[in-house]
Amino acid sequence: MDALFLNQLFNGASLASLYLLAALGLALSFGLMRVINMAHGEMLMLGGYLAWMTLLVVPGALGIILAIPVAFIGAAAMGGLIQSTLIRRLSARPLDTLLATWGVSLILQQGARDLFGAVGVEVRAPEWLTGSFVAFGVTLPSARLFIILIAALVLGGLALLLLKTRIGLLVRAVNQDRMMASASGIDVKRVDFTIFCLGSGVAGLAGVMLALLGPVTPNVGQSYIIPAFLVVVMGGLGSIVGTTASAIILGLFAALAQIFVDVSVAQMLLLVFVILFIQVRPQGVIAVKTRQLDA
Amino acid sequence: MPDLSRLDPLKPVLPWLLLALGLVAPFALSAYDLNLLARFMAMGILALGLVVIWGHGGILSLGQGVFFGLGGYAIALHMKLADLPSGEIPDFMVWSGRDSLPFWWTPFSSPAFTIAAILIVPTLVGALFSWAVFHRRVGGTYFALITQALALAFSTLIISRQDVTGGFNGLTDFYSVFGFGLASPGTGSGLYWVTLVVLCVAFVALRWLLASRFGILLRAARDGENRVRFLGYSPTPFKVVAFAIAAMLAGIGGALFTLHAGVVSPALIGVVPSIEMVVWVAIGGRYSLAGAIVGALLVNLARDAVSSAFPELWLYLMGALFIFVVTLLPRGLAGLVKGRAT
Repeated sequence: MDALFLNQLFNGASLASLYLLAALGLALSFGLMRVINMAHGEMLMLGGYLAWMTLLVVPGALGIILAIPVAFIGAAAMGGLIQSTLIRRLSARPLDTLLATWGVSLILQQGARDLFGAVGVEVRAPEWLTGSFVAFGVTLPSARLFIILIAALVLGGLALLLLKTRIGLLVRAVNQDRMMASASGIDVKRVDFTIFCLGSGVAGLAGVMLALLGPVTPNVGQSYIIPAFLVVVMGGLGSIVGTTASAIILGLFAALAQIFVDVSVAQMLLLVFVILFIQVRPQGVIAVKTRQLDA
Repeated sequence: MPDLSRLDPLKPVLPWLLLALGLVAPFALSAYDLNLLARFMAMGILALGLVVIWGHGGILSLGQGVFFGLGGYAIALHMKLADLPSGEIPDFMVWSGRDSLPFWWTPFSSPAFTIAAILIVPTLVGALFSWAVFHRRVGGTYFALITQALALAFSTLIISRQDVTGGFNGLTDFYSVFGFGLASPGTGSGLYWVTLVVLCVAFVALRWLLASRFGILLRAARDGENRVRFLGYSPTPFKVVAFAIAAMLAGIGGALFTLHAGVVSPALIGVVPSIEMVVWVAIGGRYSLAGAIVGALLVNLARDAVSSAFPELWLYLMGALFIFVVTLLPRGLAGLVKGRAT
């Protein structure tokens, strides 16, 4: 029981890392633009396929390290394309954006099915990621440790970017008060675009991590994106700390619930948990204080 | 809805035109085509509910499949039990190694209980679910995402409980409903008339509802929820009632659909079908009841025509439809009619 608990705790941590990587981009753009990109899951898928292609070109042990920037840039470019052609036109209508980007998601999934086949492709992890460590009587697969490490690095990098750079300053300004930021000469559309590309890139990177855990299929993004949506709902508007906390809570909850019930019931419990959480804190884990009535 | 219909010459005529088509159809179509039309009309009943919550309430639900499924499974449980010799259990339960009926199946052998369940269960689930979210003032995009998670959880749960739900394959092979054999042509056309009557009743009732003070407040809460609060109303009950009505219509639609299609399965009620239901209404026109019926009929006709020949093409088409309608035609086909008139 103890070993099982520790094991699930570890699985929860790696699941939380994946939720976090998938949700960060969603939360950032939602904070800025109040829109959710339903095709965000397909950025994960794109990242996975880009990792697979990178490893075809560069098979060696370092292929996976090279795959990370490739997937980041590829997904960021796709995200930028979606933002500038579609989402920008719809930014005043958040619900319509959901529907239009769902259309993009369908097209991208079917596109992947036609290009790469419905079965999925296998990314062979390099040897230094296939082993495992044993600690406290629990086996810790290196791939999952790697995922946790990458998520921590991404989070740290993002925090530095937001807190220490000029881009971060602009992002925080638009996040706080879009109108005032625009009035003081900030190009808010460019800030939107930059953050959207960044968020999509992080999702692409998450796709590489998914590729380490299992085959990349056209709908690989779908199984992670709905929990990521719940992370955004529970996180609190535009707060990176809140998103991180809620990703950890939900990741651990999902993994620990599986000690007692099977995966499908755990999924239902996850939803019930989020709805119960809303009863206590409808504003999310971390609420940025504002005097605006319609935030 | 005087604000929407004053300048629209086709609008008063369209419902009558649809009714005329509905009345003529049984005499003009083959039994197969009539069955297909009846299925689409059952989906139209669900689409009417979406007009209330989405068009007039501004509440986007990506989980209507759940309520459609609750209605569909309720009637399916009844039909499964009705066909059984006494003391036996459905064949899929035997295959999964069960030897007795789960307790919650048993009451569905009663027709009265089944009909009550079809009407009450989706309504109640819809009311409780939406109340839990709306009373804490969570709405908009958040609500849409939560409904999608509900659709995923519900369909996954059904798939995983194969021994009591039929799993991925769903429930099928029905022979009779309330004593009428489903194979006989009379039952088929009888069910068509039932569906047409339900559709008409729902249409008239919602038309009245949306023109009433309830409808005005629902639209007011959509356009300025806080202003409604300042005027002394709580928007929550209006939104919850609207959502419960939409859930009830989805449940009735699901039950009728299951009767016509002869099957209910997770593939008809999960995340993807749930969001497709929204596109019917988006294409027909989210503010227009008649438009939603037209949308449900047209999209499903197109789906039937395209997806049997080119299944891959249908998904591209569907994706393109979503993007096209939302960006260029936010009022749907109904808006097109109106745009030409003005």
